[in-house]
Amino acid sequence: MENESTISRPPTGLEKFFNISFRVSAYAFGWLTVIVVLYVIGKISWEAVPAMQEHGLGFITGRTWDANTGEYGILPEIWGTLYSSVLALIIGTLFGVSVAVFLAEGFLSGFVFWVLKFFGLQYHSVLGKLPDALEQLLKNLIELLAAIPSVVYGLWGIFVLIPLIRPACNWLHNQFEWIPFFSTSLPGPGMLPAALVLSVMILPTISAISRDALVAVPPKLREASYGLGATRWETILAVIVPTAGTGIFGAVILAFGRALGETMALAMLVGNSNEMSLSLFSPANTLAALLANNFPEAGEKDLPVLMFAALVLLVITLVVNILGAWVLQRASSGMEVDR
Amino acid sequence: MVVETGAGTGNFKQRDVSELDLRDLERDLRRPRTLVSVTLTIFTATITILALVPLFAVIIMLVYRGGKGLCWEIFTQLPPAAFEEGGGFGNAIVGTFVMVGIAALISIPFGIMGALFLAEVGPESRIARFVRFSAKVLTGFPSILAGVFAYSAIVLWTGGFSSVAGGVALSILMLPTIMLTAAEAVKMVPSKMREAAIGMGATQAQTVWYVMLPTALPGILTGVMLAIARAAGETAPLLFTALFSNYWLTSGEQLDLMQPTASLAVLIYNFSGMPFENQVEMAWTAALVLVLLVLTTNLIGQAFSRRTVQD
Repeated sequence: MENESTISRPPTGLEKFFNISFRVSAYAFGWLTVIVVLYVIGKISWEAVPAMQEHGLGFITGRTWDANTGEYGILPEIWGTLYSSVLALIIGTLFGVSVAVFLAEGFLSGFVFWVLKFFGLQYHSVLGKLPDALEQLLKNLIELLAAIPSVVYGLWGIFVLIPLIRPACNWLHNQFEWIPFFSTSLPGPGMLPAALVLSVMILPTISAISRDALVAVPPKLREASYGLGATRWETILAVIVPTAGTGIFGAVILAFGRALGETMALAMLVGNSNEMSLSLFSPANTLAALLANNFPEAGEKDLPVLMFAALVLLVITLVVNILGAWVLQRASSGMEVDR
Repeated sequence: MVVETGAGTGNFKQRDVSELDLRDLERDLRRPRTLVSVTLTIFTATITILALVPLFAVIIMLVYRGGKGLCWEIFTQLPPAAFEEGGGFGNAIVGTFVMVGIAALISIPFGIMGALFLAEVGPESRIARFVRFSAKVLTGFPSILAGVFAYSAIVLWTGGFSSVAGGVALSILMLPTIMLTAAEAVKMVPSKMREAAIGMGATQAQTVWYVMLPTALPGILTGVMLAIARAAGETAPLLFTALFSNYWLTSGEQLDLMQPTASLAVLIYNFSGMPFENQVEMAWTAALVLVLLVLTTNLIGQAFSRRTVQD
């Protein structure tokens, strides 16, 4: 080259070599991710094959788990997994979506601004930043709920939550025994404390994703609604939430997936007893808790059976998670068309 | 035309104001619409405050019950046996650090390379879709199944519970967080900077190494810190990969990674179910230490995210 400059020059052979090896290894790691996922799923399925051949479908419909007689069934665990997750989802959705609306609409910063304005301080150099700062703080605090390890929630549940709700639960049981939900007393660990802790753990998932969906609603829809004379809450309930509906639904499904796979809080709080009951206070068991309790001491005989149970859990969570991801994908592509 | 319209509007206004009941325009709690609005606002505010109650209740309980046992011996001594007084969980703290370290050694390079593939090397390629999908599948992967996998792949293979198996299980859980946040961070690098580097004759590897990675570093570190915070608190994948141990992570004088390893999370789980007062108190103290560790890591991660370069 004639005008060779010191800043720009074509790459040397060594640099080309590094470039090619970088590209190749990036592709390799990309492929490796796919392979790892397939390997993880394949490994668990492969280990479950012996139990599948031996127990077949009876494993899923059986109701006893007895290592001595070699009789294994996980219907109570499947029931417990679904029941606890659905209960947690009902509470978690009510709270999560309300929190998401509260955050997305900026109620807190509006309120703080109003208070500041009352004192005439809304443009103060430090205090004027307070509305946004508090809003951010609230958002971070909600997200910190997810940061607390589940085993700590479990510990808190055992020593604080269960003693706290037990009198109320037993009173409900004594007064309304004829309602199936209250048909047993709360002996200690049980379905309700487990579901309550579970709902706390999935709340941040629901509120974070729903908030994103609510914020993504095009502002012109909101303005059109105000223009027609709707109040703020009429706009939220009739325009914003329905428009963000798919996104909120996706958030709920993803939270459901998390609840299904959550282990420690349930292993510590649900009571680990092989029962199927509609009662909120009865001890129960879940697939994840079953694995957590039996795996450390698993012998030759138990191992394939536990692997089969793990495979069932894997299939349930995979289906729910893929469904959730698909719904969210559709929600976000729908929003882009609207704009 | 214009005059007519103007006159028309004028008439309209005049007539309207005289017939308008001004009370209709007031915001009054006696009107159902206002009442509904105010009620719903108060309702969501209450719910948001209620949602924060568990966070503060847990933290207050941790400080109240765990703070009592907080002393220097906690960090230097081994867990007490039944009916024994005192003791600590130094080995569990070391074990948690070692296993999270192993997991980080595996998942950070893996995650960042995967992210570079997703965001820079082959974002349009057909496998990128599979890679992204796989990473998303891993995000929702139940942590206990990572333990089941590490058990069947490592524990059965090496013939015993070990901190390596625990680290591998944790790395599977850290990988998607690191990969997806790093991919987002790399994508956020202003395209001007990237194009400038290419225009100077830099190869793709040089562009990535000298321009993209330094610019995306805060975002990548956020993902890494969040993943580490999550892994440090995970219990389920360690229950039957690292198991638990009452001793230090050594055999003879050498560090030995192939033996059962204690961790804070498993210690809390094991001790919470014990009937001995001392052990339960120790579980609370361990929970306080663990939460402090996790929250600190989390806050560091959030501090990084505020330094992300905007386009």
